[in-house]
Formats: sequence, structure tokens, C-alpha cells
Amino acid sequence: MGELNVSLVAVDRKIWSGTASMVVAKTLDGEIGILPQHEPVLALLADSPVRITTSDGTVISVAVHGGFFSVDSDHVSILAESAELGGEIDVERARLALERAKAAGDESPDELAAIMRAETRLKVALADQHSAHASDTSGGHRVGG
Amino acid sequence: MGAQQRIYRRRIKTVQSTKKITKAMELIASSRIVKAQQRVEAALPYTRELARAISAAATHTAGGHPLTDIKQRQRERASVLIITADRGLAGGYSSTAIKEGEQLTSLLHDNGMAVAPFLVGRKAVAYYRFRGREAAGSWTGFSDQPTYHHAKEIAAALLESFLMRTEDGGSDEIHIVYTHFESMVTQVPTVRRILPLEIVETTAAEAAAAGQGPFPLYEFEPSGEAVLDSLLPKYVENLVFTALLLSAASEHASRRRAMKAATDNAEELIKTLSRQANQARQAEITQEISEIVGGADALSASA
Repeated sequence: MGELNVSLVAVDRKIWSGTASMVVAKTLDGEIGILPQHEPVLALLADSPVRITTSDGTVISVAVHGGFFSVDSDHVSILAESAELGGEIDVERARLALERAKAAGDESPDELAAIMRAETRLKVALADQHSAHASDTSGGHRVGG
Repeated sequence: MGAQQRIYRRRIKTVQSTKKITKAMELIASSRIVKAQQRVEAALPYTRELARAISAAATHTAGGHPLTDIKQRQRERASVLIITADRGLAGGYSSTAIKEGEQLTSLLHDNGMAVAPFLVGRKAVAYYRFRGREAAGSWTGFSDQPTYHHAKEIAAALLESFLMRTEDGGSDEIHIVYTHFESMVTQVPTVRRILPLEIVETTAAEAAAAGQGPFPLYEFEPSGEAVLDSLLPKYVENLVFTALLLSAASEHASRRRAMKAATDNAEELIKTLSRQANQARQAEITQEISEIVGGADALSASA
């Protein structure tokens, strides 16, 4: 089985690139998992975490906002207006941001979008924390939180 | 010290302090050019991927899209986005961009179109206000460090005016005037039509020559139209963002060049002034000597 060449690009910087064995993302229609030799796809992403399983088995979670992705002969490009790696997000601040967004929330689309964004970030940050616990007992960067 | 000398010394001091300021601005600008250039380069991968995705989506989607249709209706009004600096002391940077905008405006007028100006940067806003002209929209305060957020705001306003019907005050074309950053020494004011987007049909041979094969048969989610619908506004945002970044780099480069010239001039001025000051000092000494000698002569003659 081959590998996926993944590049994760935000408008103003390249966030991550490398090889992966699987990419899981959520499109507007639902979750989609990409394995090597997937047919070409161009899909819009919902505001949600994207999980990349790298070749060495670690899982990278990324919070992607306003993005889309294309798959073509094992090249996966994920493009986002903004994106953050799980390790870059502070869990406590993400939690506070979500609470703030919910507290402010009447039902306007803007505010619902803000809640979605905050939720995504928190999910990603938590997922990253878990994988740090599970895979890395020696270093454990972000333990506690 | 003679009055003459004092004046020279004072002027040298003034020029020296001016020189310090211009030198500092030059150094700041040169460090910022590098950063601005890096930002331009960092934005490239996204631009490339987005352009590719749009080409793919457009190729496989039958029928036009409102943003790509060269509108059937009469072309009556055009929006022009002019990007300038917030602050001066950047040589001809802002004025060349404004001049380019003026040329475009009169060209559009000649073609019988009305022009709605959108302005970025305090210099453009001041130019329009001084002449009592109305701007359709203006943004200031970020010309040297634009973010995507700003580009989004501007693109939203431009898209809104484009999607409005002409009778309601909408625009049929959108142009953007920015300063292209070619290198440290060359920046070119550039006009680009961003809307309607042009879709160029190429044959397989042409595409191969340009280094891109035919696009794979993508599966679109949720649908080709929906993908194109959401990508095209992103593309416009990206065009605006790129223009803002390039302009910012150009602004820093112009400022650096202008400040370098000012520093050089100040040095030259200091050199001439110190020569003149020395001359004045010499003249004063000579005069004093001749006065002493004259005095001594007079004394010895009378003795």
C-alpha cells in the first residue's frame, strides 16, 4: 500500500506537510476517510477537526476553519482560511472561548459559526492532549492542562 | 565664535538629527521588506492550490457562474480598488498608485462607464477627500501589515457591489490597482481586472505545454456547483490578499529607497556645510591675525 502526500496550507503559511497513511475529515455531507489510492475528490470541509495519521502512526489533529481539500493520485492538499495544529491550541483558553461564544449566543448565523469554531478548536486541543498522554509517557508535553 | 560660524554649526546639527531619523527609518524599512517578502512567499502555496482547484472545478462544471460570466448586460459601472500607503515618506509610492488609478478611471470614463472608487490607505483617502470626491468604500490602518481578515472584508464589499444589479448601483467590472513587487529595486504600479473572472479554455496540448496535465475526474462534494460557489469568493479574497501583500512589500521597498536618498542627501549637505563652516573659521582667524599684526604695527610705529 502506498502513502499519501499531505500538505496542509493556510492562507498565510504552510502548516504541515509530510506522508500519511490516512486522513479523516468532515465534509459538508459527512465524514470522509482517505486512504492511499482514493479516487480524486474535491470537497468543502465543515468547521471540524481533521485527523491525519502519519506514516509512523501518530495522529495529528488540526482545527480547520473555512477550508476545502482535494485528493488526486495520493496527493492530499488541505486548504484553509485558518488552521491550527492541536499542539498550538491552549486547552483552557479554548474552553473559555467556547463558553464565551455560548454565553453570547443568540441564534444569528455569525454567532453559531463562532460556537462551531470554538468547539472545533477545543476538540482538537483535547484530542492532541489524549494522543500526547497515550503515545508519549516519557516527555508528556501538555500533560495536565 | 563668529556669528557666521554659529549659523553653520546650528545648521549642521539640524541636518545631523534629520539624518539620524531617516537612517533609522531606512533600517526599519529594510528589515520589514524581508518580512513582507516572506509573507508573500508564504501565501504562494495556498494561491497555487486554490487556482488549481478552481480550474479543476470550472473544467468539470457545465454552465457559467455569476462571477465568471462576462455579463450580458450593458457595462455601465466599474469599481476600482486603489491600494496606497497609510503614511508618507515613501517616495512616489502612493502617488504613482493613485496616478495609475486616475488613468484607469479616465480610460473607463472614455468607455462610457461610471467609476466607483474603493480606497485602501490614508493617502488615497486624503487624495479623494481633498478633491471632494466620494469613495464607495475605504479602509485604512493596515497598509504595511495587511492580514487575511482585512482582505476578506475588502473582498466582501467588492463582491457585494459586483453581485448587485447595475440599476441598484452595482458594478459590472472590478479592477484593482496595486504596486507589484518585482524586486528590491523595481516596483511597478499594476492594474488587474479581478471580476468577472476570466476562464481561459485551453486545449490539451496547450495545457501540457504549460506544464499541467488534464485535471483528474474529481468527485465533488457536495456538488461541482457548490464547490465552485464557495471557491470563487475565496479566489477573489486571495487576489485581494496577494495584492495587499505585494503592495506592502513595495511600500517598504519604496520607503527604504526614499530614506536612503534622504540620508545620502543629508550626508552631502553636512559635508558642504562643514566646509563652509571651516572656511568661515579660517577667515575669522586670518582676520584676527591681521588685526593683531595691524595693531602691533601701529603701536611700534607710534612708539
